[in-house]
Amino acid sequence: MIQIEHVYKSFSGRTVLHDVSLEISEGCTQAIIGQSGSGKSVLMKHLIGLLRPDRGRILVNQVDIGQINYSELREVRQQFGVLFQGGALFDSMSAFDNVAFPLRTFTRKTDQEIQLEVQKCLDLVQLSNIGLKNPDELSGGMRKRVALARAIALRPRYILYDEPTSGLDPETSNAINQLIKGLADRLDITSVVITHDMHSVLSIADHVAFIHNSRMHWNGSVDELQDSDDEILRSFITANEYRIGPSSSS
Amino acid sequence: MSSAFKSLREMKMYRENFQTELIRIGIDSIPIVSLAAAFSGAVTTVQTAYQLVSPLIPPKIIGAVVVPSLTMELAAVVTGFILSGRVGARIAAELGTMRVSEQIDAIEAMGLNSVGFLIVPRVLAGIVMVPVLYITACLVGTFGGILAAELTGVVTAGEFLQGAREHFDNFGPYFGLIKAFVFGFLITAVSCYIGYYTHGGADGVGRSTTRAAVMSCVLILIADLVLAVLLL
Ligand SMILES: Nc1ncnc2c1ncn2[C@@H]1O[C@H](COP(=O)(O)OP(=O)(O)OP(=O)(O)O)[C@@H](O)[C@H]1O
Ligand SMILES: [Mg+2]
Repeated sequence: MIQIEHVYKSFSGRTVLHDVSLEISEGCTQAIIGQSGSGKSVLMKHLIGLLRPDRGRILVNQVDIGQINYSELREVRQQFGVLFQGGALFDSMSAFDNVAFPLRTFTRKTDQEIQLEVQKCLDLVQLSNIGLKNPDELSGGMRKRVALARAIALRPRYILYDEPTSGLDPETSNAINQLIKGLADRLDITSVVITHDMHSVLSIADHVAFIHNSRMHWNGSVDELQDSDDEILRSFITANEYRIGPSSSS
Repeated sequence: MSSAFKSLREMKMYRENFQTELIRIGIDSIPIVSLAAAFSGAVTTVQTAYQLVSPLIPPKIIGAVVVPSLTMELAAVVTGFILSGRVGARIAAELGTMRVSEQIDAIEAMGLNSVGFLIVPRVLAGIVMVPVLYITACLVGTFGGILAAELTGVVTAGEFLQGAREHFDNFGPYFGLIKAFVFGFLITAVSCYIGYYTHGGADGVGRSTTRAAVMSCVLILIADLVLAVLLL
């Protein structure tokens, strides 16, 4: 369980998060939506202690990650897989080595097992044949998917996805959404998905949090979201409407 | 997974990074350092010959002047300056890019220690390899001096070496090695620091790169003087 309690954060006087609270229960898929620049990525970085709140605290499994020392924080971080918004692939390594990196670092697997495992991860993100390419030879969407493969390689307990489908065509987006959903369902992974894309939200999330004007404006289940009459939330969702086809609201 | 095992695995990665940096800082710099050292040796020889040309002074003195100049000052400082541009700027650009593209965040997010993973191997490689490059520079510089002496005919190789041997100060090479060690630390530490704390996109990486090269040079000059005052 991840608990965000009354988190405040500002950068050089500019408030980005103002009294944000959210509880993400075990095994659940939490979507975080909000306008560009509303602080979603900043909030995500707080969850693994890459940024520290000015006030408030973050608890992972009841442990306040602001109160533990660095090596304990590292232990906490090892339970997370993180997909950064820009991918953050290591550009000194091939795509294959990027995905293999966490496996080589944190498991005892042999080279052959790693080879198989990496191939499996790349298959999952529908990139079977790009292993030996370097990140700068890949398209933006391909980089994103390699980064996704790296984030899920260790099948961590928590996965944070920062805009997993942005920059992807609708078909690949759907495949990625299914992958995220599949991982969450089959392996009981707790996922946090930051997205602009209501289609993703509706197809994979259990709960939705809407950040607006630095605050947690609305927060509830997907069913509640569809029935909500909050005006700001409605207008955010309807701006997305052209993507919400009849097939997706199932 | 025991934590002892994990740190063993990590040590292996740090060692691999260290070995890579040994090559990139050390081996890859040998050609340019040698080139600069050869020319420094040659120029010092020709200029010393020009300044000392007198029937009263035996030409072997040229060797006695050139070799200590190389071992005590030129070899270390020339190596340091070249590495400031070559290695310092490269390290700052590399770490700066990793910072602004969130690769450092990604390393931290995996639960690795980014300082141990990125900075420690580079600084260690610097303090190991700069002394090695310094020794290379001394040897190649002396060779360049002898070559210049022979080609211009001011002094023969035999006389040059005889002069160098007769006036050899044992402390010279030690002094140079200490300098090289300190320079190696300064260049890599300062460039890592500047690169690691880069902010502001491609612009910021550019700023860090320049700053690392300039700061390394300035620190080398200061350290050179401080060490001379302290140790001589
Ligand atoms: N390290 C930082 N230093 C200063 N300001 C920052 C930093 N990181 C983020 N910000 C600011 O915080 C605000 C929120 O940024 P954030 O990246 O969280 O937005 P976002 O909701 O993820 O937007 P998008 O959907 O476009 O990715 C922005 O105004 C940004 O300028
Ligand atoms: Mg963002």
